[in-house]
Amino acid sequence: MKVAYWPGCVSRGFTPELHGSMAKIAPLLDIELVALDRASCCGAGVIAEHNPELADTLNARTFALAQQAEGTALMMNICSTCQGAQSECQERLDASAEYRAKINETLAADGLTYETGLSNKNFLWLLVEEMGLDELRSRVVRPLTDLRVGPFYGCYIVRPVTRLGIDDAHPRDAYLGQVIEALGGTVTDYAGAHKCCGFPIITMNKDASLKQAGRHLGDAVDAGADCLVTPCPLCHLNLDLQQPLAERVVGRDLGMPVLHLPQLVGLALGVSPSELGLQRHVVKPTSVIDWTTSVVGEVGAPSAGG
Amino acid sequence: MAEFTLRLRRYDPESGDAAYWEEHTIDLEPHRSVLEGILQAKNRDDGSIGIRCSCRAAICGSCGVRINGRPDLACHTHLDHAKKHSSDGVIEVEPMGNMPVIKDLIVDMEAVHWKKIRRVTPWLIPKQPVPEREYVVPREAMVDVTQSMACIQCGACVSDCLSMEVDPEFIGPAALAKAYRFVGDPRDDQHFERLQDLAEDPHGIYDCTHCFQCIDACPKGVAPMSQIMRLRRLAGNDFAIEDRNNGERHEAAFVSLVKQYGLLNEAELLPRSYGGDTPLAKFKPSAAAELTSSLPAIAKALLRRKVTPAAVFKPHKLAPADRAEVKRIYETVEGRDERVEFNIYISGRDEDLT
Repeated sequence: MKVAYWPGCVSRGFTPELHGSMAKIAPLLDIELVALDRASCCGAGVIAEHNPELADTLNARTFALAQQAEGTALMMNICSTCQGAQSECQERLDASAEYRAKINETLAADGLTYETGLSNKNFLWLLVEEMGLDELRSRVVRPLTDLRVGPFYGCYIVRPVTRLGIDDAHPRDAYLGQVIEALGGTVTDYAGAHKCCGFPIITMNKDASLKQAGRHLGDAVDAGADCLVTPCPLCHLNLDLQQPLAERVVGRDLGMPVLHLPQLVGLALGVSPSELGLQRHVVKPTSVIDWTTSVVGEVGAPSAGG
Repeated sequence: MAEFTLRLRRYDPESGDAAYWEEHTIDLEPHRSVLEGILQAKNRDDGSIGIRCSCRAAICGSCGVRINGRPDLACHTHLDHAKKHSSDGVIEVEPMGNMPVIKDLIVDMEAVHWKKIRRVTPWLIPKQPVPEREYVVPREAMVDVTQSMACIQCGACVSDCLSMEVDPEFIGPAALAKAYRFVGDPRDDQHFERLQDLAEDPHGIYDCTHCFQCIDACPKGVAPMSQIMRLRRLAGNDFAIEDRNNGERHEAAFVSLVKQYGLLNEAELLPRSYGGDTPLAKFKPSAAAELTSSLPAIAKALLRRKVTPAAVFKPHKLAPADRAEVKRIYETVEGRDERVEFNIYISGRDEDLT
């Protein structure tokens, strides 16, 4: 499958291991990535808060570039926040031909046009809806047996449900659990799976922001999770990078590793933890998961596993 | 007639016992409401079940509860729908969150919700001079505020607000939507004062964590978060209010960094959110203090090569030609005499018009 690939900003900036691990596993899933390296930041809701037309125009430019990418079936992103921010703009662009024409007028100077009908899916949605869980399961070479994984979605990819196309036929707010199981892992239920990591207010109300991160991490610890998995690099910043500060705010040790979705998939596909950049996290998954006894551990030493 | 099982959360503060679950079987047609189910259990099994209700038609806002973990009006939820979305075939009903429980399914709206509503001066302060006859206002402006006027004060959004969960002082979605009802009303005289008050409050408009919970919670389509974002837009852009919470600075820094690089430069965003939208921001005392307190996290990230010095000092950016395109888009859009705000609530969708 050939997709117009939008990696986003943070996946190449402060969480480079996300873009890196996606690039590593794409060939193993027969996904051909046509990178949209001319596209701009989605605005993460902040540009839309400043001026909706500006966010709509920037993202219409991205959509237009994706529609130009030859032979691609759809556009794929690897960031919950990109998904939500772009879906919001796309909803406005698709709602009115008159408004769309106004936006396209601005894009015309550079020879670009956005037409309705572009499908933009997060890697998570693509795994379940385009590839299918059975196909994913068939590609697993090292099932994540005995690994207890807590899903952490990120707000932008689960709400509002109508905008994001979540319904009985597309339970996109349950896909992480389905993917964890398809990879052979065990889903850990805990209170925070669909809650907010707190990142958007880290500069405005740091205490409340870290309390959110700390509370959800703590809930996952109490529920017995070995690690969390998230499709959102911004959540990753608050849950992993800021975890030492969150520990201080909530007054308890957490030590909860947080994996990017492509990293978790990569482990099950037999890619080594270091190739997936797991050693780059602030909370090292290698120090928490017992890599010597768990089946996942064999990934670190493929020769031992045969 | 069909049989349904309700699992109700019971709590009586006078008993001294902790809250507990209790199951009741009821017989009603599937299209009847969860509220009717609760009332049947109350009439048939146990008169002491506490539930607040009045109109039974989704207008009075009295019967807000959590059904299967999500806030809604008990009178606005069909039994078959609730059963379908339960985890085990039993419809689970509990009191709303973020507010103290008085008894069973009844929460103390006064202690939280109404206090916050009063906090935002929830009445019109007439623009002076008051015209002899009526105010003449644009139709769109009135259609616009009808969205927040649709609020029935049920508290569903307050119940599941994720900011309030960690910061009970947050003014919250319902009250801030109410604030927009007056800030968006051309007849109100105190737009600037209202916005300054809400921007400067450490628990005001910039305390919203943008999680969309209130949008999905609201049974009336008020979309409180969207109203909060518009309060921010008006405060930061139109009234140029530089708040003490870094709200305006954060937004300005984000917007200008993307204009400059085409992509987000995270290493610059943090200092500029504290010190202002300039490359020198990191040397300002407010930013320096913040960066120092974050030093353990930054040091660890550098150590693990999660964040490389290159990412900090040589940020990723688009190719020059693409940066020029992005910049031109900025100049076109921001150069307009009046900001274009396409609002689906006001304009509707093409497919709705045909």
